[in-house]
Amino acid sequence: MRYGNIHSLESFGSVDGPGVRFIIFFQGCPMRCRYCHNADTWRSDAGERRTADELLDRAERCRAYWGDRGGVTVSGGEPLMQLDFLLELAQKAKRRGIHICVDTSGQPFTRREPAFSKFCRLAETVDLFLVDIKHIDPEKHRALTGQPNENILDFLRFLSERGRPVWIRHVLVPGITDNDDDLRRTRGFIDTLSNVERVEVLPYHSLGAYKWKALGLSYTLEGVEPPGAERVKNAETILCKEVKE
Amino acid sequence: MKVCIPEEVKNVAWRGFSGRKWQEDINVREFIQNNYTMYDGDESFLEGPTDATDRLWARLQELQKQEREKGGVLDCETEVVSSLTSYGPGYIDESMKELEQVVGLQTDKPLKRAFMPFGGIKMAEQAASTYGYQVNLELHKIFTDYHKTHNQAVFDAYTPEMKRARHNHIITGLPDTYGRGRIVGDYRRVALYGLDYLIEMKEKDLFYCGGRNMSEVHIRLREEIAEQIRALKNMKKMAEIYGFDISKPAKNAKEAVQWLYFGYLAAIKTQNGAAMSVGRISTFLDIYINRDLEEGTLTETQAQELIDHLVLKFRMVKFARIPSYNELFSGDPVWVTLEMAGIGMDGRHMVTKNDFRFLHTLENMGPAPEPNLTVLWSSRLPESFKKYAAKISVSTSSIQYENDCVMRPVWGDDYSICCCVSATQTGKEIQFFGARANLAKCLNYALNGGVDLKTREQVGPEIRPVTSEYLDYDEVMHKFNIMMSWLVELYVNTLNLIHYMHDKYYYEAAEMALIDTYTRRTFATGIAGFSHVVDSLCAIKYAKVKTVRDESGLIVDFEIEGDFPRYGNDDERADEIAVWLLKAFMKKVREHHTYRDSEPTTSILTITSNVVYGKATGATPDGRKAGAPFAPGANPAYGAEKNGLLASLNSVAKLPYEFALDGISNTQTISPNALGHNDAERVNNLWHILDGYFDQGAHHLNVNVFGVDKLKDCMEHPEKPEYANFTIRVSGYAVKFIDLTREQQLDVIARSEHTFM
Repeated sequence: MRYGNIHSLESFGSVDGPGVRFIIFFQGCPMRCRYCHNADTWRSDAGERRTADELLDRAERCRAYWGDRGGVTVSGGEPLMQLDFLLELAQKAKRRGIHICVDTSGQPFTRREPAFSKFCRLAETVDLFLVDIKHIDPEKHRALTGQPNENILDFLRFLSERGRPVWIRHVLVPGITDNDDDLRRTRGFIDTLSNVERVEVLPYHSLGAYKWKALGLSYTLEGVEPPGAERVKNAETILCKEVKE
Repeated sequence: MKVCIPEEVKNVAWRGFSGRKWQEDINVREFIQNNYTMYDGDESFLEGPTDATDRLWARLQELQKQEREKGGVLDCETEVVSSLTSYGPGYIDESMKELEQVVGLQTDKPLKRAFMPFGGIKMAEQAASTYGYQVNLELHKIFTDYHKTHNQAVFDAYTPEMKRARHNHIITGLPDTYGRGRIVGDYRRVALYGLDYLIEMKEKDLFYCGGRNMSEVHIRLREEIAEQIRALKNMKKMAEIYGFDISKPAKNAKEAVQWLYFGYLAAIKTQNGAAMSVGRISTFLDIYINRDLEEGTLTETQAQELIDHLVLKFRMVKFARIPSYNELFSGDPVWVTLEMAGIGMDGRHMVTKNDFRFLHTLENMGPAPEPNLTVLWSSRLPESFKKYAAKISVSTSSIQYENDCVMRPVWGDDYSICCCVSATQTGKEIQFFGARANLAKCLNYALNGGVDLKTREQVGPEIRPVTSEYLDYDEVMHKFNIMMSWLVELYVNTLNLIHYMHDKYYYEAAEMALIDTYTRRTFATGIAGFSHVVDSLCAIKYAKVKTVRDESGLIVDFEIEGDFPRYGNDDERADEIAVWLLKAFMKKVREHHTYRDSEPTTSILTITSNVVYGKATGATPDGRKAGAPFAPGANPAYGAEKNGLLASLNSVAKLPYEFALDGISNTQTISPNALGHNDAERVNNLWHILDGYFDQGAHHLNVNVFGVDKLKDCMEHPEKPEYANFTIRVSGYAVKFIDLTREQQLDVIARSEHTFM
């Protein structure tokens, strides 16, 4: 029996994929994004052990609300950190006829075996990937998240090569990720992909800041205000134009 | 004795209508089923407000502002006892009266509160004096020395035990000082048949009543029918005061709206019930509007104006209330509940264009708590209507949803909602409304041998109290069962007594005149503190609950060691206790005789009284502190929900409606950001939620869509113009947030913070 390491469950998600969704938050993440609102999902040695069937049974309790668009979204934490379990979960979900999304940074992606063939199977199974481009500039990406962005961009190319649907998301943090040149570069990268169905701009919020304090971490974006409506609109104009749903 | 409407009258008033049974007898349902037109389209046909609507609504808002500035009451009658004919005509504004497409006020002036002493003279006087008005001393003398009121009669008959239970708030909200409400006249009858026919039909009933067997039952009924006939005759006079003759059926849409409103006006001039619903009128009126539209005598703009003006009138209904009443039912509600949509017994949906028009009033005139617009939901309603309703919810938070698919099998397809959420067959049923039993307090009595923690009085039976340090589940269940049996018996007996006296001293002649003489009666009990009892029993069963005693040995608090499942997480361990609690209570109610052969029902709904009930109740074993508010209605306790909205809805949906036919109220607040990225997504997600919830057999849902920041800002800056009509749904009704007491505002904020961001 394979177990996943699960942070928590949310029966009602409406902003992580199409329609009404059941969200499974995986425990553990390699990224250390300064704006993370789920810092409590970082550590890999916490969380609860659950089987895929247990999780899907819970999810299916909400099936009545999904209509013909909703389903399950796996988020985190970083779902790709538990690749074997994620693959099993996704395959079982498909057997139950559930639409499944994976909300990921793409960071653990690699073209090296044995992982690569698993990524290939996962790409075939999952209905939709939600992938964050945290920052297009490698240096600024490292400063923001503690990790390089090469394999993240490569993951997007990989999905594009295989024609797997993707929604790209970009968290807009004033002064950090809302620079017009960077936004245009991001857009330039997106234009090289053939599988992007939607680009979403997510305005930064500080609702997760309290978790940092609870974990004894210092929150470095203290005092950064959410972007104004005008900045959001500006980013949307640059990033989202001409993307067909 | 043959009663019929003259052919020449029928030929005009009923032209183009089909069907037979409704023409031979009073049968509005049959009329609707034979003549309504389903509408499957979207809202694009709707028209904006006319200039007249804008002007009248602007004037009414000015008056409402003045009312708020004067502390909640604009004007109060002190000289005239309210009756059908006690006032001359009244208008929103005398200088604009020709603009009003629908006329008629409760008194001679807008928002002026009538003097209604028959429920209780003390209450009527206190209601006036609270706002600086002194009722004429002669009236005091009349209703103290010469004429008995309902309130006096009830207190004459109350037993000491009943008074003790009332005083200790284990039974609360009893309708013993004002009208019991919840009786919905079939106001559509006035429009469809005209008063002459209705009078003759009642005269026929009187003629045949008790001729062979003059028992007490028949004597009482004969007197009641005679009262009803008198009320109908006075209703005609009331309409004449406004220049209308309603003795004959309405001939067109404008008359139909006006005639129907006069029927309702008769009710609110004579009764000050807690809930004064107008009922299921939307589909009915659509038939008249549709006929006029087809005949080319009415435009869509005029049709919308008629509905807007009718709704304006519903926004003006007022009663004089005392402060303790306002604490219980905050924000001056009257529950002018009005239904739309639903599915007919033959499987056709009953959505008409008029349902869109009524919802559209919230766009034309902005959000408002009254009328209490209620959508009778089914996943089989047309998608365009579902989307429009969801859209209005997202933008106004002013409507509630009830599951037609659980109510239709019980009440048919012509029921109304007679209070906040309770169904009643229109024109064929009345309800004896009965407040709530505080089950959380009952649990404390079970632990403490019937002693009340607040007053230290021996209120319940003196059973052996719990003496152990840790609570034992089996022992607590045993004692709780004993205490609940005592409470239910006392509660039912108290209600029997109240309704006997209400029939005798404050009979609803005008409403009953528009209901069948031989009517079905239900007896509506209620539960408060539901989720706290469930969670307490869970804590005792699944964790360790240590008692904390005061110096006299009473258990006053609890320490919980370990985790336990809570109601509101779709967790079977907790939810099965919730289902048990409801069933156990209802089974106990059924054991007792209920007044006038009524059918007992129960509800899990608390209005805003969850705050007051909680205040009067000590700490509970679920960790709720003494005096803290209860969760409202059937809502899970604050902070109990750990798995989000749908898991919470799933828990509530497990409660079987068949055991709570009076309703299971659930109120949820969703932040707009949590409902979707944009309005189109929010609308789609919301109607899917409603489908999912109701397809599982849930009964009711109040939907609020706003963030907690807005509530906080509104509480601190109530003077901002954008908050004047900011409406939120609370348990079973809607209310302007600025009209809530600060305590209740804080409660709503606390509850919203715990919900779904």
